[in-house]
Amino acid sequence: MSDMLRVEAITLRYPGAPRPVIVDLDLALFAGEIGCLLGASGCGKTSVLRAIAGFEPLQKGCISLGGRLLAQAGFSLPPEQRQIGTMFQDYALFPHLSAADNVAFGLRKLDRPTRQARVAQLLDMVDLHDRGGLFPHQLSGGQQQRVALARALAAEPALLLLDEPFSNLDVDTRSRLLVETRQLLKARGLCALMVSHDPAEAMAMSDRIAVMAHGQILQFDRPQVLYEQPAHPAVAESIGGGWWLKAQSLGLPGDDRIRLRNGQIGIDPTGPLRAQCVADWFSGPEHRLRLRLATGEHLELSVAVRDVDEWVNLRLLVPESALLRFPPL
Amino acid sequence: MTARTPLPWRAGAALTPRSATVWTWGALLVAALMVLPLLSLAWTAATGSAELWAHLFAHVLLPATQSTLLLLGGVGLLACLIGTACAWLIATYNFPARGLLQWALLLPLAVPTYIIAYAYLDLLHPLGPFQSGLRWALGYDSPRQFRLPDFRHLGTCILLLSLVLYPYVYLSVRAMLVTQAASLIEAARSLGSGSLDVFFRVILPLLRPALAVGVALVLLECLNDIGASEFLGVKTLTVTIYNTWVTRSDLPGAAQIALAVLTVVFLVLSLEAFGRRQRRYAAGQRAQAPSRIDLRGWRAGLACLCCVLPIVFGFVLPLLYLLTVSARRWRAEGLSPQLLESAANTLILGLTVTALTVLLGLVVTYALRLGQLRRRPLLAQIAQRVGSLGYALPGTVLAIALLVPMAAMDEFVGRTWLLGGLAGLVLACSLRFLTIASGNLDAGFARVPQNLDQAARSLGAGPGGTLMRIHLPLLRPALAAAAMLILIDTMKELPASLLLRPLGFETLATWLYADASRGSYEEGALAALMIVLIGIPGIVILAKLGLRSAVRSGGVSP
Repeated sequence: MSDMLRVEAITLRYPGAPRPVIVDLDLALFAGEIGCLLGASGCGKTSVLRAIAGFEPLQKGCISLGGRLLAQAGFSLPPEQRQIGTMFQDYALFPHLSAADNVAFGLRKLDRPTRQARVAQLLDMVDLHDRGGLFPHQLSGGQQQRVALARALAAEPALLLLDEPFSNLDVDTRSRLLVETRQLLKARGLCALMVSHDPAEAMAMSDRIAVMAHGQILQFDRPQVLYEQPAHPAVAESIGGGWWLKAQSLGLPGDDRIRLRNGQIGIDPTGPLRAQCVADWFSGPEHRLRLRLATGEHLELSVAVRDVDEWVNLRLLVPESALLRFPPL
Repeated sequence: MTARTPLPWRAGAALTPRSATVWTWGALLVAALMVLPLLSLAWTAATGSAELWAHLFAHVLLPATQSTLLLLGGVGLLACLIGTACAWLIATYNFPARGLLQWALLLPLAVPTYIIAYAYLDLLHPLGPFQSGLRWALGYDSPRQFRLPDFRHLGTCILLLSLVLYPYVYLSVRAMLVTQAASLIEAARSLGSGSLDVFFRVILPLLRPALAVGVALVLLECLNDIGASEFLGVKTLTVTIYNTWVTRSDLPGAAQIALAVLTVVFLVLSLEAFGRRQRRYAAGQRAQAPSRIDLRGWRAGLACLCCVLPIVFGFVLPLLYLLTVSARRWRAEGLSPQLLESAANTLILGLTVTALTVLLGLVVTYALRLGQLRRRPLLAQIAQRVGSLGYALPGTVLAIALLVPMAAMDEFVGRTWLLGGLAGLVLACSLRFLTIASGNLDAGFARVPQNLDQAARSLGAGPGGTLMRIHLPLLRPALAAAAMLILIDTMKELPASLLLRPLGFETLATWLYADASRGSYEEGALAALMIVLIGIPGIVILAKLGLRSAVRSGGVSP
């Protein structure tokens, strides 16, 4: 497979800003692949998206799509010529146009009957065939999101960009639309790049995730690889949860930092490690314990209630092999 | 993975689509249109002979500057007093008819300065209703036995101008009182201060920026006035410019005086900037209006009277006078075809100027919008600022400044196209009222999220398509308000019309001026009545949108 989108060593600095918001960033997506930029707010992930869409000029590097150069320093193909669909965080639906007219916006070149047929088909695809006449303010958040998706897909873009596409939705709608959107993109074989701050959303939606911090990509790989072999402490932190502990705290040699994942550690009366339970609560099918190690560090684990005889003083068993180790700070 | 893509595009090609650059160039062209006349003004002034200059300075410029400054000082103070007092009463107290008065206090704004002077000139004439009534009451039967001293002097001019210009102060001060200062008033009150105490210790310092905005507008209008000062015999700089050019045909002299006016304009704007220094209120501070104190008995009556008096003298009385005289005239002679023609002329001028100004405003503000989207707004910003200078320039100054370049243009073309035709006047009015268009449209654009531009662009619409398909529909209210205000202002415009109208072309305002200058009060009242009635919808827009959307940025800095 060849790359569809290629982002090579781009640097982006906003006028008046002391530091660039993106520094020497590389990224590539295969045709039909769904990628995700994951990171905290301010890490530059949205800026990457905006640079690809053509809303921000580059200071360095270049961006190409399907072998066509989109931008480099001193050159920028205008957004309207890039064949890139964009879905905005707040959807950016045109308030003076109905849902159908919003979808039809990018289909100007088609003749009227073709256009209408296409709009009907697109609205049908997102399950809104009977809502075409409504205006954006008359639609619910989830419906607006789907209109925005249909609109972005209407002109058959070579790449779809999604900026926090699910962040304005309630939890139920979000999980439903996550699955539906992924199915829809996959069915069309569309290449897409999403921006998100939510690891669960990123993992559910995308084939590969680029974890970002301070304007750079720390690691770009499949979710499982990111989980199992994080290349950077920040990657381990953002994917999969857990706690930071010193190696000594777990009775292990060296002064490495250990990223202890949920479920990696268990209670075992014969275990070498002593811990005190400082809090416990029921959280679903299991009980959750908050433990303090002898070194004063904290961690949490889940137990079925009856496993525990005594909650105050516990012994823990640490499997040494699968632990994530990082050099000390 | 494929090898690095070869570059099919010229390296260093334009960063932006050509059309976006075209907008910036258009905006810069509009700015040049504003700057060139001012440069030519300086150049023309420099061509005057030195000895002429000495004469002009001693006998014309000095006395005119003196009376202008006195006029500005007087009107500024009095308008400030009336406007602030009324705004304070309306914002703080409940009294009979408060709700009605709150809006009615804006009505005098519909009466242009030259019309209130025109009306009172007749009302206070020795043979007019006021002095006749006085004589009747005192038992005299001839003006030879009893007449009041001549009222045509600076004091009357100050009083009359203040009566129609105070709403600028009223509007900006009231806005400040009911929104941003509200919570602070309540805080001061809860600390146990009395109302007057609160006013002087808390409110007045808080109001400084609002006062600065309002008073600056009053002073600019004052500088622009030509009719009232002329009718009342006050030789201001503006009047002197007119006389120097029209009666003495001394263009360098007129240009020199115009430069003096520009200095005063600069002073006014600096004063405004100084008054607004270090005052940045967060927009989010908008609190609900403070609860008002109920007034009863004579206090309520007094408050009511205080608000009624400016309306009566600034609007009701002149209007009643115009209505009576117009009705009498109408019954006696009907409408003359000449008056109808000048009404038609006024409308044609108004519509042409409105169309052109809105178009220019759109070019300037959309260039700025595109600049902001590209994060390179500097050039467009400069163009917009310069393009919004117009409102600060008195009509006479603008007209004199346009004379030379337009004459040169006419010579170049080979026929009197600009000077002899309507084009010059249209251009002058457009430049002056561009401030309104660009202020309103800028505010309108600010309400359209930039996301919508970007969405439209990524769906294949270019800058022009985005303007047509997204912005124009969304800007409709701002466009309508701007067009309406420009139309009204143009139809009321006097100074530039006097100087630049083609031979034989009369507008309602120039008709009235000619009438008053001849001292023959014939159909002038009808023309004046039409102008006042035209102005009333403008008041409604002003009341709805607030001062800032009517006259914004540039002249009165945003």
